[in-house]
Amino acid sequence: MKTIRLSIIGFGAVGQGIANALLQKQEYLESAGLNLKVVAISDSHGACIDLDGVDLEAAIERKKESGSIATSGVMSLEVIRDVDHELVVEVTPTNIDNGEPGLTYMLEAFRHGRHVVTSNKGPLALKYSQLCDEAKKNAVHFRYEATVGGAMPILNLAQDALAGNKIIAIEGILNGTCNYILSRMTEEGLSYQHVLGEAQELGYAETDPTYDVEGIDAACKLVILANSIFGMDVTYNNVEVTGITRITPEALTLAGDEGMVIKLIGEVKDGENGEIMVSPKLVPEQHPLAVGGTLNVALLKTDMAGPVCVTGKGAGSMETASAILSDIIAICKNSH
Amino acid sequence: MLNTDKGVNKSNFNATGIKCLKYIPGIYSMIVSMDLELKDRPGQLVQALKPLSTFGANIMSVLHHHDQRTPRGAIPVQVVFQLTNGKLNDIIAELEEGGVRIVCVGKKLMYEEVTVILIGHIVHSDMGDTIDQIDSTGFAEVVSLSISMPAINEPSSASLVINAVDMAQLGKALDILRRVALEKDLLVIEPIEKDQLSVKT
Repeated sequence: MKTIRLSIIGFGAVGQGIANALLQKQEYLESAGLNLKVVAISDSHGACIDLDGVDLEAAIERKKESGSIATSGVMSLEVIRDVDHELVVEVTPTNIDNGEPGLTYMLEAFRHGRHVVTSNKGPLALKYSQLCDEAKKNAVHFRYEATVGGAMPILNLAQDALAGNKIIAIEGILNGTCNYILSRMTEEGLSYQHVLGEAQELGYAETDPTYDVEGIDAACKLVILANSIFGMDVTYNNVEVTGITRITPEALTLAGDEGMVIKLIGEVKDGENGEIMVSPKLVPEQHPLAVGGTLNVALLKTDMAGPVCVTGKGAGSMETASAILSDIIAICKNSH
Repeated sequence: MLNTDKGVNKSNFNATGIKCLKYIPGIYSMIVSMDLELKDRPGQLVQALKPLSTFGANIMSVLHHHDQRTPRGAIPVQVVFQLTNGKLNDIIAELEEGGVRIVCVGKKLMYEEVTVILIGHIVHSDMGDTIDQIDSTGFAEVVSLSISMPAINEPSSASLVINAVDMAQLGKALDILRRVALEKDLLVIEPIEKDQLSVKT
């Protein structure tokens, strides 16, 4: 049995999803010869630390009841620095302006020789090369499948399953909120404003939807793909971004007359003038990229395998936890 | 039909087909297939193909049925060629002048087509000018336009079909459209690139 000690930094929907996943998957993990022991969980109020393993059920209960996980005033950064463990699961909220606090947490984890698994896009979209350099320097693993496409495997698909292939281009729907809005507008002929209100009521869109509907979230994910799969050195500011706020129901009807739907498509192409852009595009109704609802989809164009398409849930607590758990397991298998 | 805020029921102005696809010499490439009859004499095939090269046709296939004879004792020949300059009538005239019998001619226009959607103040930003900028290139033209205007002062939406000689020229036409749209603050929605997973509907 291989024991890996983890900390979970951030205990919102994703953090709690991981705790639930670890509880549910105990048997599976044991049969795989893995003992994933959570030694600390922290949120913005403080932390609970137990070197024998935090009681995850009690932790989730406490968070629900009191709004915080904290049983001590030890802050996240101190957990990362001072609690003896191997792997940091960094799942604090994304910040696209300066990447904090996640950026500091990740860098600090690397400096203390700890592996990092994250779902936090901000730091990667802004400081990808710095993070990778720091991880390399300290000879630790850094995995971030959950940052792009939620449950949908895309980074690991390109790098592991399709190893040996040259990835020529990737295009896809990388934001479930936009996909929901456009799909509903298409189906019901409703206006953008109306459907946005509906999405907000259902919890699919934030009160301030800018991050999603202006294409910023999709652009951040595209940056991560561009840097990690195509070896580019780009940041969010290099992406040409057009959102969905100007799309009209009439435009969707006209597209429908031609057998097409309108989708917010992110695309990144390899090459010297490698294009990287997010914009609404016409997609034939029968094309695999024309998925509905809140689904995400990605089409990888490869030299040997040809086109390979994956689709799945792009968000959600358990879905994101799935991607994080697969990264944790991969690190356990690859580290000594 | 769309309800405006003012409760007025306004029907869509649908201008589909205000322009029909028309053949303009020099704009489209065409694939021509011709059935000819040649006399069973040396040098006849060369003589039949010469007008094709004179007028710049690109010969794609020649089937010379040596073992067959028409009732008149001639040898049937089928040629297929691509023509981009519209000089089909000159070729026919020259062949007939040289004594080659033309049994039948079939032609098919070849062009690349793209559909794009525009959103914004399309009519008030001079739709005619937007179309003219593409039509005036000589290698591409707008062949269809459908426009939907839900209410005064609301942005309109339009679908536009552009034809061009080939993909390269179509790309140039789209570049022009993108530039014009930027100047006029119109959103252009283009199709995704065609790939092996595109299914024709």
